[in-house]
Amino acid sequence: MTEPAMQIRSIRNTLARAMLGLAAGLVLCGAAAGAEEAAHGEAAGEHGAHGVDWQSWTAGNEVTNTASLQRGAANFVNYCLGCHSLKYMRFSRMASDLHIPEAQLVANLIPTGAKPTDYMISSFPHADGEAWFGRAPPDLSLVARYRGTDWVYQFLKGFYVDASRPSGTNNLVLDGAAMPAVLSDLEGVKAAVIGAAAGGHSGKVVEKFETVAPGRMKPEEFDAFVRDTVNFLDYAGDPAQAQRRSIGLWVVLFLLVFTAFAWLLKKEYWKDVH
Amino acid sequence: MGASNDGLPVRTGFLGWLNKRMPVDAFMRDQLTGYYAPKNFNFWYYFGVLSLVALVLQLVTGIFLTMHYKVGEATAFDSVEYIMREVPYGWLLRYMHSSGASLFFIVVYLHMFRALLYGSYKAPRELLWLFGMAVYLALMAEAFMGYVLPWGNMSFWGAQVIVNLFGTIPVIGPGLVDWIRGDYGIADATLNRFFSLHVVAVPLVLLLLVALHLVALRHNGSNNPDGIEIKEKKGADGKPLDGIPFHPYYTVKDLVGVGFFLVAFAIVVFFVPTFGGLFLEKPNFEMANPLSTPEHIAPVWYFTPFYAILRAVPDQQIGALLMALSLIGFIVLPWLDRSPVKSTRYRPLRWKLALTVFVVSFVALGYLGLKPAEGLYVLLARIFTVLYFAFFVLMPFYTRGESTSRVPDRVTFHD
Repeated sequence: MTEPAMQIRSIRNTLARAMLGLAAGLVLCGAAAGAEEAAHGEAAGEHGAHGVDWQSWTAGNEVTNTASLQRGAANFVNYCLGCHSLKYMRFSRMASDLHIPEAQLVANLIPTGAKPTDYMISSFPHADGEAWFGRAPPDLSLVARYRGTDWVYQFLKGFYVDASRPSGTNNLVLDGAAMPAVLSDLEGVKAAVIGAAAGGHSGKVVEKFETVAPGRMKPEEFDAFVRDTVNFLDYAGDPAQAQRRSIGLWVVLFLLVFTAFAWLLKKEYWKDVH
Repeated sequence: MGASNDGLPVRTGFLGWLNKRMPVDAFMRDQLTGYYAPKNFNFWYYFGVLSLVALVLQLVTGIFLTMHYKVGEATAFDSVEYIMREVPYGWLLRYMHSSGASLFFIVVYLHMFRALLYGSYKAPRELLWLFGMAVYLALMAEAFMGYVLPWGNMSFWGAQVIVNLFGTIPVIGPGLVDWIRGDYGIADATLNRFFSLHVVAVPLVLLLLVALHLVALRHNGSNNPDGIEIKEKKGADGKPLDGIPFHPYYTVKDLVGVGFFLVAFAIVVFFVPTFGGLFLEKPNFEMANPLSTPEHIAPVWYFTPFYAILRAVPDQQIGALLMALSLIGFIVLPWLDRSPVKSTRYRPLRWKLALTVFVVSFVALGYLGLKPAEGLYVLLARIFTVLYFAFFVLMPFYTRGESTSRVPDRVTFHD
């Protein structure tokens, strides 16, 4: 990308962010959900004083960050697509949205025998999933939408050793998760010292994590890996969202200009009323 | 259109031909250029035209969504995702339609509040109010059935709860529920008939009712913030002294209101289409699953005041009855209010307090309807339910013999 083009892009991003801020203000006016989340956050903060405050971990991803999405796509194809599909997503759509050249797509991201226009379907047989894990691995097209990005982030970082589970691991946000800790090769294996149950919705209280075996990545590298993956799933849940925001900016600007002219017209007509 | 020759332009050529066969000029004069509206309309008078704009937006986006939506329990959910991802600008159509439903209710509620504020339901506008209430009821049916169509998990369980309410009707209830669903549970048959009703039957009824609402409105003319009948004070030319022609004055003024509305609409559609889970709920991104109930079932926000009333009562049958009665309160409003004065401006503190308590109760019930029915929330829902009904039930008493202040002869301006 040339420098002026990048500048325009960054201005556009800033404007888009301002518009998002405006929108966020609107949400605050109406959303009861916000107040609840804040209350929940505070409660989690209290636990944080004497333990791991995993309930308030946030994904903090940005779907306009194409580089992060590209890394996330690679992560997904390498670590998730073995079992989980994105049944509404075509490889080619992903490549064009994320600016991945077709040659790279074919060389690195598409399974052997698949075409770029194919949907991202896992070749993992459902029956095997049910036999091995008790259930077929769910499709992840909309997981970021019905669970939320923070949930996915907490899930991917929430695995700990639990000898009572068939897979040998359990999960903080999804107790009794059927999925094994498939990223432990990268993250390492960690045990959690579980404190007394606080009861209610807040879930397990973790005093601290203890490293059982180190992984191939440093903690901050693994964190970035998970964030990129969550970012990609956020994108996959609503692939048009970046386009939506950038078009929306122009639509809102046009409507503001239109309304200003309508107001001037009204003023002109109403001069003689009173 | 009796005196349709007065003051009409002499037309020749095509327009002359046309006017001989269709009363185009006469209609323009009677409904727009010669229709006098009070000149003191304020902010609250935008929401009528905005409801019309919202209706048109829903109809147009709905037509295009219907081209791609595939009704059926096996196909509905996937087809919505297909619209979101593969139909060019399908995401825009879908978000416009889903946000449009919520914005429609926002403007309709504000429109109804305006009627309460300025006594627009009082004589001679009772029928206008009743047609409006019929529009509101049809709109609720339309919104409810539309909400089921994406076949998400909240669609399914919401439909389950709402349809089961009909089962509380004595004697015919259980049979009625089966008849509505067309099956022994919410199923493919239910989805198909809701689709038919949502895209054909109810929109037709809505359009007819809106037309009747407008006919009744134009017959007596609009009320205004002072609650004065402008037709009672006419000038030498026979035109209301406090009136101005609807066109061009209110057409250009409404254009500004529509502009502001569209700005707000575009901000929602393009930047916060789910509105923090309020306009599109998280569980609805999971396909309908009769085996997995969402953590707590709540209808979309515009139904929650009534849902809170339903849940405030431990007995479901009485709760459903109260819910029905809560709407009937609105319907009989013109006959409950005994005050001789229309506008709140000239009504005593007693009325102002009652109206404030009602609005606070309605909003509070709306909030409580979104929350789980437990602990303090239930207690509050009960208190606000009592206040909600007190507004209607006690109205004949607290509005009788009101000590109103003097209503001016001519309209006033406050801006």
